[in-house]
Amino acid sequence: MTPILSIIGTAKTYASGVQALKPVYLDIMPGEIFALLGPNGAGKTTLISIICGIVTPTAGRIIADGHDVVEDWRGARKTIGLVPQELHTDAFETVLSSVSFSRELFGLPPNRNHIEKIMRDLSLWDKKDAMIKTLSGGMKRRLMIAKALSHEPRILFLDEPSAGVDVELRRDMWSLVRTLKAAGVTIILTTHYIEEAEEMADRVGVIAKGELILVERKDDLMAKLGKRRLTVALSQPMDAIPPLLADLDLTLEDSGHSLALTFDAKSDNSGIASLIRRLNEAGIEFRDLRTEESSLEDIFVSLVSEAP
Amino acid sequence: MNLYAIGAIYRFEMARWFRTIMGSLLSPVLSTSLYFIVFGSAIGSRMTDIDGVSYGAFIVPGLIMLTVLTSSVTNASFGIHMPRWSGTIYELLSAPVSPLEAVLGYVGAAASKSVLIGLVILATARLFVDYEIAHPILMVSFLILTSIAFSLFGFVLGIWADGWEKLNVVPALILTPLTFLGGTFYSITMLPSFWQNLSLFNPIVYVISGFRWCFYGSADVSIGLSFGIVFGLSLASMLGIGWIFKTGWKLKS
Repeated sequence: MTPILSIIGTAKTYASGVQALKPVYLDIMPGEIFALLGPNGAGKTTLISIICGIVTPTAGRIIADGHDVVEDWRGARKTIGLVPQELHTDAFETVLSSVSFSRELFGLPPNRNHIEKIMRDLSLWDKKDAMIKTLSGGMKRRLMIAKALSHEPRILFLDEPSAGVDVELRRDMWSLVRTLKAAGVTIILTTHYIEEAEEMADRVGVIAKGELILVERKDDLMAKLGKRRLTVALSQPMDAIPPLLADLDLTLEDSGHSLALTFDAKSDNSGIASLIRRLNEAGIEFRDLRTEESSLEDIFVSLVSEAP
Repeated sequence: MNLYAIGAIYRFEMARWFRTIMGSLLSPVLSTSLYFIVFGSAIGSRMTDIDGVSYGAFIVPGLIMLTVLTSSVTNASFGIHMPRWSGTIYELLSAPVSPLEAVLGYVGAAASKSVLIGLVILATARLFVDYEIAHPILMVSFLILTSIAFSLFGFVLGIWADGWEKLNVVPALILTPLTFLGGTFYSITMLPSFWQNLSLFNPIVYVISGFRWCFYGSADVSIGLSFGIVFGLSLASMLGIGWIFKTGWKLKS
């Protein structure tokens, strides 16, 4: 399958000498949801801004839906929609005129039906005649999405879409993203809400200090790096791990009140059955068992902290 | 050519202007009317004719230009500075809009507003003084060309300015004084030789003189030179805009 977006050695060094982005190589497939994770200042917005034509790269090429973003910038930009992180709006415009303006700015004729559909999907239609300055932050976020979708882009960038929005809107946005994916739109979202990536992404890229340090399918990543953990709450505290259990990967926690066993999330042989049998054999009584699976957040924190 | 984008930007800018019609149209018309009342009707009736033209009629072209030049610069600079300030410039930069198309939208709207203001003031002046227009087609052409030239300059100013204070400095501290000293209320031939020669370094002299020639057929400098200066300003501003978009100066990092 031909990628809908190819980033080929794209890099950015500012005039001050600060290298915001080391050469990035990345292919995004049509219809996938790609989550770009990274802490603040990692280079996520810089990369998106370069693709959208807002920041000039110092090296590399980008092909969007078959169009080079520099040489065929007009063709490339028509296929891209951008929802920036900040709520940049024209305070004194009405919601409807602002969305209609965006569509025409991208070279498409007015289409009231399409605009109405987008606005209804985003629960914005009731506010169509309202001045933007009267909208709440959440409604402004919806407006930004409506503007980005007004020209029917094939690639949609969501830069920190959940920044400052409430739980309800976040759920609504996730639902909208799934609908867009079903309609064939490719979605690239940056976030540092790991929950967002875990909920929606097909693939995950981790960027740290301007370098794309990992790209993996989300499920593969969790399988590869995910860990599970069994915590055994003991009836009686112990001072040390008994010699009978010494060969297991156990740690004594909670001032000797708990034993913790860490094992590979996808391993067939977790060691749980063996541990329970040997606890019984050793006469060690326990009152509770609890298992936890490491989240994408744990993996992300681990990766970023290891980045050079 | 992205005609939809040009139209969208143009309508957006015009709508903003009509939303504040009291300030954008009535205010300059009122202030210019006061000039006509004071200098045209009250003081003007006691002044001698200049080149066979009554003083009240003589100042009509200069007063129109005073407002048109200021309006062109402020409207165009505000039009592009506002999205830079509010952050909505991201949409223009990420849209399939060429520099030429952006300029046609923003500058076209700013120039349209100035032409409208100029024509309204021209009609208002008739309430206070009698005047003739010797070359009406050239007058309208000169009005349009001047509006475009100074709107282009305003567009550059709007990108150059880092804040609202800088944005107001050029119209208030440079353009208005130069317009007052550029022959709005007098012919530079009335000045002593030294000041007359010094005035020739003021580009606004050529603009007001050219516009006045369209009314009365006489001017301080040749009409060809006036058109040349206005063309030159347009060309210089267009080259500046082309360079700005090519390098991304003050627009892109």
